[in-house]
Amino acid sequence: MEMATGNRALQLEEKLIFEQNSPGMTAVDLPNPAELTNVKSRLGDAARKDPIGLPGLSEPQVVRHYLRLSQKNFAIDGGFYPLGSCTMKHNPRLNEKMARLPGIADIHPLQPKATVQGAYELLDMTAHWLKVLTGMPAVAMSPAAGAHGELCGLMTIRVALEARGDARQRVLVPESAHGTNPASAHMCGYKVEAIPATGQGRVDLQALKKKLGPDVAAIMVTNPNTCGLFENEIIEITQAVHECGGLVYCDGANFNAIVGRVRPGDLGIDAMHLNLHKTFSTPHGGGGPGAGPVVLSEALEAYAPLPYIVHGKDGFDMVEHVADAGNDQPFGRMKGFHGQFGVIVRSLAYMLSMGAEGLRQASSDAVLNANYLMAELSDILTLSYDGPCMHEVLFDDRFLKDTDVTTLDFAKAMIDEGFHPMTMYFPLVVHGALLMEPTETEGKATLDEFIGVIRALAEKAQNGNADDFKAAPIYTPRRRLNETKAARTPVLIYQSEQAAAE
Amino acid sequence: MRYLPLTDQDRQDMLVAIGAPDMAALYKDVATEVLLDQPVDLPGVKGELEVEQIISGLAAKNLGSGAAPFFLGAGNYSHHIPAAADHLIQRSEFLTSYTPYQPEVSQGTLQALFEFQTQVAMITGMEIANASLYDGATAAAEAAMMACRITRRNKVILSGGLHPHYAEVTATNAKFLTIDIVTNPADPLAQEDFAAQIDDETACVIVQNPGFFGQVRNHSELAVACHNKGALLVVVVTEIVSLGAVLSPGDMEADIVAAEGQSLGNALNFGGPHVGLFAVRRKYLRQMPGRLVGETEDVGGKRGWVLTLSTREQHIRREKATSNICTNSGLCALAFSIHLTLLGEAGFTRLAQLNHATAIALADKLDAVKGVEVINDTFFNEFTLRLNQPAAGVVDALAENDLLAGLPASRLYPSDKALENLLLVAATETVTPTDMDQLVGALEEAL
Ligand SMILES: Cc1ncc(COP(=O)(O)O)c(C=O)c1O
Repeated sequence: MEMATGNRALQLEEKLIFEQNSPGMTAVDLPNPAELTNVKSRLGDAARKDPIGLPGLSEPQVVRHYLRLSQKNFAIDGGFYPLGSCTMKHNPRLNEKMARLPGIADIHPLQPKATVQGAYELLDMTAHWLKVLTGMPAVAMSPAAGAHGELCGLMTIRVALEARGDARQRVLVPESAHGTNPASAHMCGYKVEAIPATGQGRVDLQALKKKLGPDVAAIMVTNPNTCGLFENEIIEITQAVHECGGLVYCDGANFNAIVGRVRPGDLGIDAMHLNLHKTFSTPHGGGGPGAGPVVLSEALEAYAPLPYIVHGKDGFDMVEHVADAGNDQPFGRMKGFHGQFGVIVRSLAYMLSMGAEGLRQASSDAVLNANYLMAELSDILTLSYDGPCMHEVLFDDRFLKDTDVTTLDFAKAMIDEGFHPMTMYFPLVVHGALLMEPTETEGKATLDEFIGVIRALAEKAQNGNADDFKAAPIYTPRRRLNETKAARTPVLIYQSEQAAAE
Repeated sequence: MRYLPLTDQDRQDMLVAIGAPDMAALYKDVATEVLLDQPVDLPGVKGELEVEQIISGLAAKNLGSGAAPFFLGAGNYSHHIPAAADHLIQRSEFLTSYTPYQPEVSQGTLQALFEFQTQVAMITGMEIANASLYDGATAAAEAAMMACRITRRNKVILSGGLHPHYAEVTATNAKFLTIDIVTNPADPLAQEDFAAQIDDETACVIVQNPGFFGQVRNHSELAVACHNKGALLVVVVTEIVSLGAVLSPGDMEADIVAAEGQSLGNALNFGGPHVGLFAVRRKYLRQMPGRLVGETEDVGGKRGWVLTLSTREQHIRREKATSNICTNSGLCALAFSIHLTLLGEAGFTRLAQLNHATAIALADKLDAVKGVEVINDTFFNEFTLRLNQPAAGVVDALAENDLLAGLPASRLYPSDKALENLLLVAATETVTPTDMDQLVGALEEAL
């Protein structure tokens, strides 16, 4: 039934801020600048002349606006969010509290070094944890996210190769890799070449060997890979690449499966990013921010980007310029200031909380949970590759064959059952992928409920109820949205009806 | 371990269901010689209280802007953040959701980002804006690469008034691409003349306004000079509050705006995370990096929002994408947007005027100090002093007395002796008359 207001009890419609404008209103009371100075402006000929047109709202209106918007979101705090490759684990509130402490949130990156010794120590302590956990001798702390870390790692590799007088041209990337991998390799000036997968969902070592040659700079391998599997020939892979003079980049997005169990340094990896917003529990925030520190092998250590912390004679110091790098040859700067300090603080709070055993237990619970889903769902969904899996399990859409239900429809039906869908259509190596990552912060009862729902939905699909799936979701604030229309006639900013008419 | 809900009994039951004798069986694809059989050498589990004690201990070794008269800026500004903004971004539904790939359960984030895009376009005077990049420096680098794609040229000219970190990040990004970066020497007086530099190979000129040394300029003529040669004008803004008082890049006919949005809603955070703002002329839409939210309707005809035009992005286009960015600065963008919504037109313009007035008051007081000269003919809320001696030593000495006097230019230009005596001083609305008197008194004593 349509209600007169468009609302449905707790589901409240909310206009755009631009549609709630009371001209002249503000929710921030500020002193009058005229009382501070009667001297004329120092803006020269660049003073703004025209109004901007921003809407004016009072504080109660603003609070209500964002509260209502928030209620239209699904979030890990509210429900199961098995989004494969994204590691939607619990985000401890302690982390938020630590990032907001005076002396943490209110320090400036270019203060005199003596006044931020605690910040340098915090960066150094986090770096120590990351190095020990990965078994690597160095880490570049400044990259802003996973993709930025990939670019950082590849640049480090390229500079190290150039220092040998041998930049090389090609980077090999498995077909199953995340889109950021080829995009990052391209931004590093490399030609990207795909390596096929075996029938077991892993890098085809023989095919890889055929592609290796003196012009291969690096391989970018994801391990555990995007099919949720450990690359069981990883040591052979890294050896083969090293033998032909190339280096090994590892996409560490899936490190959550192996923390405290396997050290990438023992596998022959030369560079690997860690998504602190995945493995190390910092919140995704509806799309960011993240942090993507890159651990580096001995071969690459000297080329890490600026800035980095060193232990000086008067405490900690930060190297910010090539001229101060001594024998090192940093390749440049990736990011303004020193990187995602606020995210790093949160990840340290998490690591300190978990401790060495806790982190190891977390990985093993993540793997256990994923294997449990695999065990309980494989007879009704179609498993893409045999297990055991790591922290996520990959199904494809063969179980929907001849049902007229697609992976997308299936995902939308899950929403009505109160679950966030798994990752769909990624990785690209299987048809209609359904990639489920439960994470270690879900209990057995949640998994059992989820398993029950997935089984019921799969049966329903197989029994020919495609129309119900096509109609889903129906209980959400909005039903299926027209993406074609959005792309065909892009409306990317609000325009008042009046402006649109002109 | 408080974050792990499985009990030992659950673990046992689940292994039985899986048909695995133990956890080692699930790690069987890992060669045994690299499978660790015990925890690594790091400390053990800690309760909240212990973690708080450790991190508070580290925090106590820092001198925060809240604990001292504070005059640093240089692209990272201390502004007051309304209580409602920091509260609202900690709503679980905003804080703990992923990128809005499932629009039916993400309308909150999507609508907020649509409003953010609109606000960014409005204050920069541009036609469209994306849903954020990492920070201002990486936004500048993206702008350079985008200008090269649009013009199919590869010379990028960086103004001597561009923040050195922005210049370095742009150069790093271009390092292995066929892009020539021409970085002009530091230009504290903002007197550089690009006329002779812009040629038929030039993809864009990147200027910052207000400049790194605080100078404010109307770049309209530069825009014409660029356009006459078929080049683009990129305007960088590191202090977004300035746009409440200063002509917008759009007013100056800029083609791309790459800005840092930290000043609204986001704390200093020792330099990150911050939020990159990116706004362009509509005709360049298809070359935009990053995510875009677009308006559409659902099957019932109700207005709603989705991520759109993703064929530009890495997950569809892979190595041909406009950028490799995936995770961006969503929550920082939300904080920015909430702060700007709270301010509204009246509050935003007044905040800008207040910053400007505070800076004028401080500049006039400092200019009267012996051994100090304000070099700017124009500024917004940050200006540059020439001291009668190297600035770094003075700043360090004042810091020992818990006064954070500003940024010695030598910190970012260590090899440029001509800049050694320059000190950048910022004065936002957080600076009190007492703070000003302390700085004036301390400089009178030190110089
Ligand atoms: C396998 C994989 N690689 C790389 C990335 C990119 O990481 P980020 O989003 O932090 O840039 C992701 C994230 O979605 C991923 O799943």
